[in-house]
Amino acid sequence: MKVFDNYHLPTTVVQALELLAQYEGRARVVAGGTDLLVDTQAEYYEGRRPHFDALIDVTGIAGAGEIRARDEYIEIGCGVTHTQIVASPLIQKHAAALAEACSVVGGPQVRNVATLCGNVAHALPAADGTVALMILDAEAAVARQSRSGTDSPDWVPLAALFQGPGKSAVDSTRELITALRFRALGAREASAFSRVMRPQGVALPILGMATRVRLSALDIHARIEDVAISAGPVAPVPYRASAVEEFLRGKTADQPVLQEAAELLVANAHPRTSAHRATKEYRFELLPMLLQQTLRAALERAAQSA
Amino acid sequence: MSILNFTVNGNPVSVEIEPNEYLAYVLRYKLGLTGTKIACDEAECGACTVLVNGTSVDSCIYPALKAQGAEVMTIEGLARPDGLHPLQAQFIQQGAVQCGFCTPGVLMQSKNLLDQNPDPDDHDIKVALKDTFCRCGCYVSMMNAIKNAAQELREPETEHLFNIPNLPQVKAPLNVIGKPITRPDAVAKVTGAARYTDDYNFPDMLHGATLRAKFPHARILSIDTSKAKALDGVRAVLTHKDVPGSKHHGLIYNDWPVLCYDKVRYMGDAVAIVAADTREIAQRALELIEVEYEELPVVDNPVDALKPETIIVNDGTGHGNLLKHIHVEKGDIEKGFAKAEVIIENEYRSPFYEHAFMEPECAIGQALDNGRIEVIVGSQIPYEDRRQIAAALDLPESKVRVRGALIGGGFGGKEDIAAQIHVALLARAIGRPVKMLYSRHESLVFHPKRHATVIRLRTGAKKDGTLVASHATIYGDSGAYASLGDKVMTRAATHAAGPYHVPNVLIDCYAMYTNNPPAGAFRGFGVTQSAFAVESNMDELAHKLGLDPFELRRKNGLAVGDTTSTGQLVRESAGLLECIRLVEQVVKAQPEIENQTSKIRAWGLACAFKNTGLGGGSPDKSAAEVEVFEDGTAEVRTSAAEIGQGLPTILAMITAEELGLPYERVRVLLSDTDLTPDGGPTTASRQTFVSGNAARYAAKGMREILAETASEQLDAAPDTLTFKDGYIRQNGHKMPFEEVVKRAREENRPTRYLHEYHAPATTPLGSEGDMHFGFSYAAQAALIELDSDTGEVHVLKVVTATDIGRALNPLALQGQVEGGIMMCLGNALTEEYIIEKGKVWTDLLAKYKMPSIKHTPEIVSFLVEDEISTGPYGAKGVGEISSIPTTPAITNAIYNACGVRIRRLPVDQDALLLAMRSGKSETK
Ligand code: FES
Ligand code: FES
Repeated sequence: MKVFDNYHLPTTVVQALELLAQYEGRARVVAGGTDLLVDTQAEYYEGRRPHFDALIDVTGIAGAGEIRARDEYIEIGCGVTHTQIVASPLIQKHAAALAEACSVVGGPQVRNVATLCGNVAHALPAADGTVALMILDAEAAVARQSRSGTDSPDWVPLAALFQGPGKSAVDSTRELITALRFRALGAREASAFSRVMRPQGVALPILGMATRVRLSALDIHARIEDVAISAGPVAPVPYRASAVEEFLRGKTADQPVLQEAAELLVANAHPRTSAHRATKEYRFELLPMLLQQTLRAALERAAQSA
Repeated sequence: MSILNFTVNGNPVSVEIEPNEYLAYVLRYKLGLTGTKIACDEAECGACTVLVNGTSVDSCIYPALKAQGAEVMTIEGLARPDGLHPLQAQFIQQGAVQCGFCTPGVLMQSKNLLDQNPDPDDHDIKVALKDTFCRCGCYVSMMNAIKNAAQELREPETEHLFNIPNLPQVKAPLNVIGKPITRPDAVAKVTGAARYTDDYNFPDMLHGATLRAKFPHARILSIDTSKAKALDGVRAVLTHKDVPGSKHHGLIYNDWPVLCYDKVRYMGDAVAIVAADTREIAQRALELIEVEYEELPVVDNPVDALKPETIIVNDGTGHGNLLKHIHVEKGDIEKGFAKAEVIIENEYRSPFYEHAFMEPECAIGQALDNGRIEVIVGSQIPYEDRRQIAAALDLPESKVRVRGALIGGGFGGKEDIAAQIHVALLARAIGRPVKMLYSRHESLVFHPKRHATVIRLRTGAKKDGTLVASHATIYGDSGAYASLGDKVMTRAATHAAGPYHVPNVLIDCYAMYTNNPPAGAFRGFGVTQSAFAVESNMDELAHKLGLDPFELRRKNGLAVGDTTSTGQLVRESAGLLECIRLVEQVVKAQPEIENQTSKIRAWGLACAFKNTGLGGGSPDKSAAEVEVFEDGTAEVRTSAAEIGQGLPTILAMITAEELGLPYERVRVLLSDTDLTPDGGPTTASRQTFVSGNAARYAAKGMREILAETASEQLDAAPDTLTFKDGYIRQNGHKMPFEEVVKRAREENRPTRYLHEYHAPATTPLGSEGDMHFGFSYAAQAALIELDSDTGEVHVLKVVTATDIGRALNPLALQGQVEGGIMMCLGNALTEEYIIEKGKVWTDLLAKYKMPSIKHTPEIVSFLVEDEISTGPYGAKGVGEISSIPTTPAITNAIYNACGVRIRRLPVDQDALLLAMRSGKSETK
């Protein structure tokens, strides 16, 4: 089964966009290609016949394979693989949740080629990387060709790219995500990620969660100055538990507070039953557990990050 | 067309490719580097792992053009000029190679690990090999091999002497028998030279494809192949009209259409076949075949299938949807329960399971001279293939040759006909070789599965734990065709009282036709399912009576003098009590578990028995031939399949033992119906026993001839000679083996000897006498850790003791034991083949999860050698027994951890956690 005819490896963003334009919507961007190629295969067996005239591989674009610190941001190029992220000291130090999330995606052979940008473009709300990026308030640089030529890419908040499960605002037949960025976490700040999988059936998480905190002092009992919580899948698009964040801000994380936060999360989140994957009831049981687990980990780390 | 320039194993290569080709395909089919395997084609299994610029990738989904200018390393490049890479050598030594299909991918991923981490521990290895699967389950051995190889690489100057840490103690070996000997095919398997069916290619070869049913149950109104035939590159399109002989095949009942004509009965049914110049064209042609159907109601479970108002799916045995009613009766069930002081009654359910052998089905057909047809295939029963091919093509069997290729795992799933007849039909129609390779999707949808079952089991006992009655009603979903369904369910029924002496037994078992995939042989052969029910009930009984679970089993365990539930007297070789003793000793010596966190640890126990051989009155025979040569070597031949279990090693060992030759001087030729005699099916854990005996008697016969020759030379009576180390000796005189062979030839004595071995006769179920000539026994305890926050279950340790009669090769046995445990760990925790109204949901490997290295527990294994007088050196079967107790050992441990009984497999962490939280005592 062949889902594409041609394969191009442009070396600049401009070239990539030109190629997309030449194919007039019949070609699409690919990076590691794992999700795309596996998905199209599944579609094939469901009786559909996905086909592209060409795949435009953006991993060869100059600089695309780099993780860089720029100003207060960390930038991840569209050729950066999950393996690179897991191994990056920069990410381990300033965005631990992302390293943790990327380390559990697929197996090593898949992580060696699958890219984080590709994963974001795929728009699964519960993708591990996405859950982690959400608490980092990540942004994506989307490049597209306009009448006046190629604009310099806009930085778009990650959340704005998701329009539904598997539905991205980025049209991969005309546009491409060239990079992701987020603010590097600093002193008294830290993040953590955890998830629960099902041993049978599809390799999609039953529930993943990421949290980020900033403490007022280097002490686990200090006040929580800022906090972010994201979970998936609890909604068709990536989810931030803003009510819980609101509640936690300014408090100290003692057991009753954590307990109340968990209850609030359960009251606000709306996980659903997905066939052959998890019941809604089970997901409700996991929500408080994962919240406490990831918050504790993030708090402990923050208390030690001078 | 594009040009791909890259370096492969250090050699610059320039090759013309289509821009949409994947690397694995270019390597295998353009460059002939067939060591790289394709097992799933969906980035799930790691079989196709190669290194690109030093990084491991799944080459099956790696666009070849992405490797432009790169350095690629495949398994063919792993060995060094001066010999095997330490990883390769260690994999052989540690017994980490069974069927070998996963081996190239595993080795490449291991190499990648050692490149990055020269001193990995078990955890590092588990992380690195997480998605590189081995269905034979050699994970423990792999971990040992990788660590040893790492040490060798770190300290190349030092001499290393590695032992095999997991090897159990066995009786003192003979010359060859009883020693841990490595496989004769291992070097080929670790270097990528081993050839499986898809690794054969012929000039002019065409590619076949099969049109499968569109509905699980439908009448075929018309089939129009004209558009497909008109497609450029299509050489033939065949339907049922083109089957000259028997329209059906089948191992027991001839009820499975070669190509469907009146109806389709499941999604895997074949409606038409195509041969074309390329696989793509063949696939496209399938889409042009027009079939008109009239949909029929779908029967999707065996309980409905039995109801009189249900539509008949298949009337294969003349009883409508009832393939077979199996009735087992002993004593008086009413009276038995009247004596019972406690009764446990429960219903257990298990789903279909998939063999998921790493090598998908493949067959090649070609026309030979003088009207003969040859089929190359990795089959578990070559002579049965020959019979069925000949029948369908309306040829005498003499006109068909079946040549066995290496088999990348079978586990029972390669006993039925897959593409064998189809390639023969196409090759005959066109006169060119035709290859049919199933995709993983097709394999999942098509081949027979493990029966889904519903088992209602009532167990009655006295207060002291003595079993008095056992009553079971079993429904087995045998799917659309009989396959080996009635045999499998017979085994489920006759083993449904467990390995215990129960005076009153009543079992009714219904093997039913449905619109699900056919269910047939699968390691454990029905006993896997009934053992889950029996051992769960036994455990509950122990708890209810306040008895130690070991004690309860010991009290009732079958021993010499007891009778089985079919009334068979156990006369010898029943090592169950010894198995229980060994396991108990280890478990009770463990420190008391103190559960203080949310992770709860607990042990669970289970026992099992399993027949060796076909039994039930089926004639069970195997023939082997031994030939000796003037260079002092011997060859042993039989058509018995090597599916990874290590049969060639055993046959060579036996021949070497009997002829007094060093093991290396014996070659093995398997599975060519023109050259090797019939060894019968590779099923029912029978090959070591039956073909082992055949080889033994053939070698003995050969030895007698040689002894006569030598006796004249050495001037001694033939029976006073000893054969050892390549010499025939008497009283300080000796003659080299080759000398004697030469002499024998000059004297015109035969230098080959054929023996057809007939296993001890058995009797059918329901008649007096022995239904089986032997049973293997096992006891297992599993230590699990249950996460009470999530319901997740991890198996930390398995202690197992297996009575296999006699350990012929402890290394191979260890592989069987470990592999068996891994397989049924999957049965308990990770696997479930899901069908919804006849449509397969688990149609990709991504949806069917077999256990990976990360699930591997520590395994402590004992072998009990309670010899059976009729077996070769006292040996009986091992292939299945090791896997059977694992599932209930795990589920019983779960109960001990949290008080919830698992009544439905696999363990669903979701349901388990909800049951725990709501205080329920079981998951249904
Ligand atoms: S991952 Fe490539 S064949 Fe399975
Ligand atoms: S040896 Fe690993 S799959 Fe058979």
